[in-house]
Amino acid sequence: MGEIYAKFVSQKISKTRWRPVPPGSLQTAETFATGSWDNEENYVSLWSIGDFGNLDSDGGFEGDHQLLCDIRHHGDVMDLQFFDQERIVAASSTGCVTIFLHHPNNQTLSVNQQWTTAHYHTGPGSPSYSSAPCTGIVCDNPEIVTVGEDGRINLFRADHKEAVRTINNADSSTLHAVTFLRTPEILTVNSIGQLKIWDFRQQGNEPSQILSLTGDRVPLHCVDRHPSQQHVVATGGQDGMLSIWDVRQGTMPVSLLKAHEAETNLHRNKLLRSYLLVWEVHFHPSNPDHLFTCSEDGSLWHWDASTDVPEKSSLFHQGGRTSTFLSHSISNQANVQQSLISSWLSTDTTKDRIEITSLLPSRTLSVNSLDVLGPCLVCGTDAEAIYVTRQLFV
Amino acid sequence: MEELDGDPAVTLIPGVNSKKKQMCFDWGPGEMLVCETSFNKKEKSKLVPNCPFIFIIRKDEDVYSQILRKLFNESHGIFVGLQRIEEELTGKSRKAQLVRVSKNYRSVIRACMEEMHQVAIAAKDPASGRQFSSQVSILSAMELIWNLCEILFIEVAPAGPLLLHLLDWVRLHVCEVDSLSADVLGSENPSKHESFWNLGRLDEARQMLSKEADTSPTSAGMCRTLGDLMRTMPILSPGNTQTLTELELKWQHWHEECERHLQDGTFTSSPHLETLCKIMLGDEAALLEQKELLNNWYHFLVTRLLYSHPTVKPMDLHLYAQSSLDLFLGGESSPEPLDNILMAAFEFDIHQVIKECSIALSNWWFVAHLTDLLDHCKLLQSHNLYFGSNMREFLLLEYASGLFAHHSLWQLGVDYFDYCPELGRVSLELHIERIPLNTEQKALKVLRICEQRQMTEQVRSICKILAMKAVRNNRLGSALSWSIRAKDAAFATLVSDRFLMDYCDRGCFSDLDLIDNLGPAMMLSDRLTFLGKYREFHRLYGEKRFVDAASLLLSLMTSQIAPRSFWMTLLTDALPLLEQKQVIFSAEQTYELMRCLEDLTAGRPVRGEPDAQRLQDDDIETTKVEMLRLALARNLARAIIREGSLEGS
Repeated sequence: MGEIYAKFVSQKISKTRWRPVPPGSLQTAETFATGSWDNEENYVSLWSIGDFGNLDSDGGFEGDHQLLCDIRHHGDVMDLQFFDQERIVAASSTGCVTIFLHHPNNQTLSVNQQWTTAHYHTGPGSPSYSSAPCTGIVCDNPEIVTVGEDGRINLFRADHKEAVRTINNADSSTLHAVTFLRTPEILTVNSIGQLKIWDFRQQGNEPSQILSLTGDRVPLHCVDRHPSQQHVVATGGQDGMLSIWDVRQGTMPVSLLKAHEAETNLHRNKLLRSYLLVWEVHFHPSNPDHLFTCSEDGSLWHWDASTDVPEKSSLFHQGGRTSTFLSHSISNQANVQQSLISSWLSTDTTKDRIEITSLLPSRTLSVNSLDVLGPCLVCGTDAEAIYVTRQLFV
Repeated sequence: MEELDGDPAVTLIPGVNSKKKQMCFDWGPGEMLVCETSFNKKEKSKLVPNCPFIFIIRKDEDVYSQILRKLFNESHGIFVGLQRIEEELTGKSRKAQLVRVSKNYRSVIRACMEEMHQVAIAAKDPASGRQFSSQVSILSAMELIWNLCEILFIEVAPAGPLLLHLLDWVRLHVCEVDSLSADVLGSENPSKHESFWNLGRLDEARQMLSKEADTSPTSAGMCRTLGDLMRTMPILSPGNTQTLTELELKWQHWHEECERHLQDGTFTSSPHLETLCKIMLGDEAALLEQKELLNNWYHFLVTRLLYSHPTVKPMDLHLYAQSSLDLFLGGESSPEPLDNILMAAFEFDIHQVIKECSIALSNWWFVAHLTDLLDHCKLLQSHNLYFGSNMREFLLLEYASGLFAHHSLWQLGVDYFDYCPELGRVSLELHIERIPLNTEQKALKVLRICEQRQMTEQVRSICKILAMKAVRNNRLGSALSWSIRAKDAAFATLVSDRFLMDYCDRGCFSDLDLIDNLGPAMMLSDRLTFLGKYREFHRLYGEKRFVDAASLLLSLMTSQIAPRSFWMTLLTDALPLLEQKQVIFSAEQTYELMRCLEDLTAGRPVRGEPDAQRLQDDDIETTKVEMLRLALARNLARAIIREGSLEGS
């Protein structure tokens, strides 16, 4: 990997997202959005990594990213997604969902559309509302799906004032993340280790399918779907487990991969297993044999399942930390044709084929979010730093 | 008590009239609440309007600076790295590491200073510009002190290299004054160029001399001679292998030669060049004449050492430092806090340095990190405070407490507490409970901190807070999940009861996704077990597995897992099973059911004053009991016949 640039920004970063490049264009990523959390004033900001030709005081080219514009955001930014080239959707801890519009001419952001009480609690026996954090959003122009701590699922349309569809009490526990499976089907993950598939064509508030980890109810925090093989889904759990699911078959994950685990010698003589919640998982959009995860212990991992890994022994080369991964063969794969198997599902040989690399040199505070686009990666941390690399596969 | 080192600073609170009114206050972890009381100080009759505000007084205001936040965050990483430096590392490699850490800290200070400077320049109103500028000078002073401490305490430079380090030190900070104050010395003005070579920048000075020689040919010869003297001045270079004695010898020769030129009157025709030569001989009077070009006394000190004592020993430094300070100030002004700090450093009095810094600086960042680094250099071992723990820990605790008082920097504080062996853990326990938990995501981060450190009490309390919140929000599933996570049996019972109540009200279960997947967590409390098992009964019944359902239902009562208040519901649930075509409850099971029913009805307390509603309720109840008795009797008869005929056949 090429050089990685860090910039301290005086706010804890909860989300980082690349602005999509126009379809068919040869442009590379150069603008990304960030959201902050846990500050007295939180912001949604746009940054550019474009070459301004600016020289720093030492006369060298400054490789870091520059702030284009920002706007106050009420509450913590819980999730952030680009709706299209100009619009960004933000989820707030106040239960509000906002579409921000970027004006490139004068470099400003403005509120374009807002649903202030998208997520809320109703107290027992009283009609009073209290806001509930919106924890996840996913966009597929013109639709926006949001999930929250209130276990509610909303379907919005950018041009509609009211929700097009709401599933109240969709989940008895907190919904942590949502993604599209095949429109109009969505996937949610919750705090008791379940993965649920919902079909908006069906009425009622029951999921069409529930998949779960066996018994241990470990909360799942993030979910991403394979960009080309829509039945392949990756989730990240509270125990640092990355699970790969085949939603067409079985109710359990196909493989469990463990990387976000390390031993700390925080208290001498007492080796503790860290509790390394995975905050985000992303398949590389154009190179889906590569997958990226970030976690609460401050690590950022690159998982490479491409078959042409030349050297296997160069595995865990950074940091010298021990990282183990194990892969269980859980579901019966016999009747699946070999040629159709994604490199993530073929379990017999996974062990030999997945290369895991740590991308950040030292770990301390949580890496809350990451995003990949082309050769670029951006991530944001609780140490108030944004890291960017433009040469992911060098 | 030790005596105070100075009068405590007075903070005036705008709007509060402390002359007329009495004030009251309350301590917080990092701040203080102050408000006016309604008591007057003297005249009771006079009515003065009350100040309607409660003020929050923060003692560590630097924590709230946007730019300094970068300093705190970046240095946090360095701090954690330093704590992980292997204890086993000894000698050279350890020292090299520590020096590198020190340089990292300084480069963070410098980066921060540069940014602050940019902001100060760009500031629109002069007041904030001034404020930023004063921050710049504070950061600059911090870096200056740190750098000197690095040379003297961490690098521990011996005689010879010591002067080179000090030259770098002054050069770095004078440069910075140059660039920051934009008071760049005009290179075309020969009357000012001394300051350059005062710093040992002989090359530049020589270039300027030759420039002057070009402009005035009459003095060309003198310039050349002086230039030669400058060139031949022996200096210790880092890569040089010559010994200190050799250097001293060479230097002595060179010094004598300079002196000869001066006595021979080589430069008499140009008083200016003569001054230069005198300075090169370390003539204090000549140097002091150029006082306005020397920025400060330590600049004077290093210049003086360069030309008179190039091989000064660390132990002798303070003598020269003191006399330089006295000469430079010349009794006109008294030393500033910065002067005292530097002087203490030259005296190798580390504790005095830290003490003076603590008093003079407005934040704990500097002393906490410097003290920690010096402690890693094993320089503070013997010193213990009369309160709490040692000085390193005391300062780290103060700094970390300041971070915890901040809305979002609290996460950094955790690692500082971790590395305070004596009081760190209790401090963390006290602070972590005060973090407001507005989202589950934040709660998970706090939980992780506690779980990693096995702070079971705090883990329980956080889960309880979240469970309570979920109950208030009518999110029973979430509430149950949190009480399971906290292993809080009492709360799990409470939530289970709410589930059962909801069931009785609505006739169906909510949150099946959770209840059906309880697994071993079900064993947490009897009520939760009952909830899970009762739901299992409904599932078995739904799947038409009547025999299994029936024995489960009965066992719920006989094992006393089901609360008494729920028995009537369970017995009513048995009714449809008793009415099934085939016999489901055996004779023995039917007897058990009958015993349960009689237990329940016999145990009924006699109620007072019956009202209409209760009469009606009682009526329904009586009918139910009658129906049950009938169904049980009929079932018993069928069961006896069936069992008898089965045995007979």
